[in-house]
Amino acid sequence: MSATMQQKGRMAQLVDWIDARFPMTRFMKEHASEYYAPKNFNFWYYFGSLALVVLVLQIVTGIFLTMNYKPSAADAFASVEYIMRDVEWGWLIRYMHSTGASAFFIVVYLHMFRGLMYGSYKNPRELVWIFGMLIYLCLMAEAFFGYLLPWGNMSYWGAQVIVSLFGAIPGIGEGLVEWIRGDYYISDITLNRFFALHVIALPLALVFLVIAHIFALHEVGSNNPDGIEIKKLKGPDGHPVDGIPFHPYYTVKDLVGFIVFAMLFSLVLFFAPEMGGYFLEHANFDPANPLQTPEHIAPVWYFTPFYAILRAVPNKLLGVVLMGIAVLAFVFLPWLDRSKVKSIRYRGWLFRGFLGAFAVSFIALGYLGLQPATPGYTLAARVFAVIYFAFFLLMPWYTRIDQTKPVPERVTFHTH
Amino acid sequence: MTSEVEKVDGGRRHFLLVATAVTGIAGAAMTAVPFLASWKPSARAQALGAPVEQDISKLEPGAVVKVNWRGQAIFIVRRSPEMMKQLEDPALADKLRDPKSEQSEQPEYAKNDARSLKPEYLVLVGVCTHLGCAPLSRFQPADAELGADWPGGFYCPCHGSKFDLAGRVFKDVPAPTNLKVPPYRFVTDGVVQIGVDAEVA
Repeated sequence: MSATMQQKGRMAQLVDWIDARFPMTRFMKEHASEYYAPKNFNFWYYFGSLALVVLVLQIVTGIFLTMNYKPSAADAFASVEYIMRDVEWGWLIRYMHSTGASAFFIVVYLHMFRGLMYGSYKNPRELVWIFGMLIYLCLMAEAFFGYLLPWGNMSYWGAQVIVSLFGAIPGIGEGLVEWIRGDYYISDITLNRFFALHVIALPLALVFLVIAHIFALHEVGSNNPDGIEIKKLKGPDGHPVDGIPFHPYYTVKDLVGFIVFAMLFSLVLFFAPEMGGYFLEHANFDPANPLQTPEHIAPVWYFTPFYAILRAVPNKLLGVVLMGIAVLAFVFLPWLDRSKVKSIRYRGWLFRGFLGAFAVSFIALGYLGLQPATPGYTLAARVFAVIYFAFFLLMPWYTRIDQTKPVPERVTFHTH
Repeated sequence: MTSEVEKVDGGRRHFLLVATAVTGIAGAAMTAVPFLASWKPSARAQALGAPVEQDISKLEPGAVVKVNWRGQAIFIVRRSPEMMKQLEDPALADKLRDPKSEQSEQPEYAKNDARSLKPEYLVLVGVCTHLGCAPLSRFQPADAELGADWPGGFYCPCHGSKFDLAGRVFKDVPAPTNLKVPPYRFVTDGVVQIGVDAEVA
């Protein structure tokens, strides 16, 4: 009988029609309503979804900025000022984009630190971690290319410094630098190609990598603050007993996180969009001038930990190599960490000490990278750089001998 | 009709697979060439990088003039007799990383203590060999910021690299080599042309 068919509403029939042709419902179930996430997520688990929110924000505001921005050396600086002064709400869209860039790095750094604390990079989540690191690399490139576009003097000299890093490569360095710039100096040609990379190439790569990151995550399942694999203990319904459907439970939780984030974001956006020169550097309110270096060149805050390492090394090639290693070292964490347990909750004081020292040195290097290179600061940067690398280099040793605690069967969870 | 036994020729299949893949990869590599080559300096960029001339007949001793060549600042310094004398100080050479300019980039005619064609005139690319910042002229000895033993020279504000009055790099600074000397020649006694090598007799 077709009685059941007739009882279905128009909407349900439409869904059936689509599902016969496109896996809509199946997709929603797999990735939301029947994706079981551990029920003990805490504060630190907001930053993944927030990163996604900021990505969307950057793409949308970016699209609207390209409608008025002109990627040429003659017009770029003036077109940004035009957006700020003459385009209706242009200042808001521009400040959302520039504040969004810093916000992106804040949430990504916290998201990464969450991974370090709870061992989210460990087996079986190596590929989740590696995709995440590729996202981070793309994000750095995206931020770097984007920073040239306003064509301010700090844009110009920042690009000059970073591009010339490639000149340190023996033999091919000089030619490579000329190839990247497409000219004998950072010029209109360089600006035009950085624009293309910033608005097309890297956003495409970013979106693709984010999808891969989430797919890999949903294949293995989320880690949690206890570092327990919830899939090991399933109930009679076949779902993990310590898991809850991502939707509606975590979509609602993340919505709360988003609202708090939006409040903080708005505070910066409306009251301190330059953030005292940290989000938008003062020297960038002068147009690019190839013959005049700003008094003090520093990259935007999110690059300064690596910049401090670069400056701390008295040899150019070695400095560039160490800076590269400082960024790429994260990729190898799944194999450097020999501990039996994932979460910091069940690790010993050795790991906690090293992780704490690493976090302190990352922040200290970030501060030192913003300061002028005086002998005292350089010495401090060397000390913190050693701690930074020790975290990675000594990890196989201290994670193996560290006194770990027994990991319980079930996740730690208190009802409110 | 004869019924043939259907048999997969594994070797043939493998050969065709590899041959197709290799041809495809070679084709893709060749297709990539125009795209990669499009990033090289264009004909217009090369034309704009042509040599430039600068009148130096009115340059005072101890003064510097900056010329833009290929988007780089070219420093032309007319050294005073005291400045030239200072370059020969053996105590200075001990503080330099590459006093004889053996690791550094300069035309053959500028590979000397003064790093110049005529000792009186210094022509340098004003781009720090560390990371491309523009060094500042700090010609006065014992500069307030650079200390009492500062002999005079160039100072890069970005990362603290120091160079002497011939653009030679000091030890223990991030810059690896001396400041570059561009190709240049004297068209007349009072006119320097940047971008063309001098013909050394």
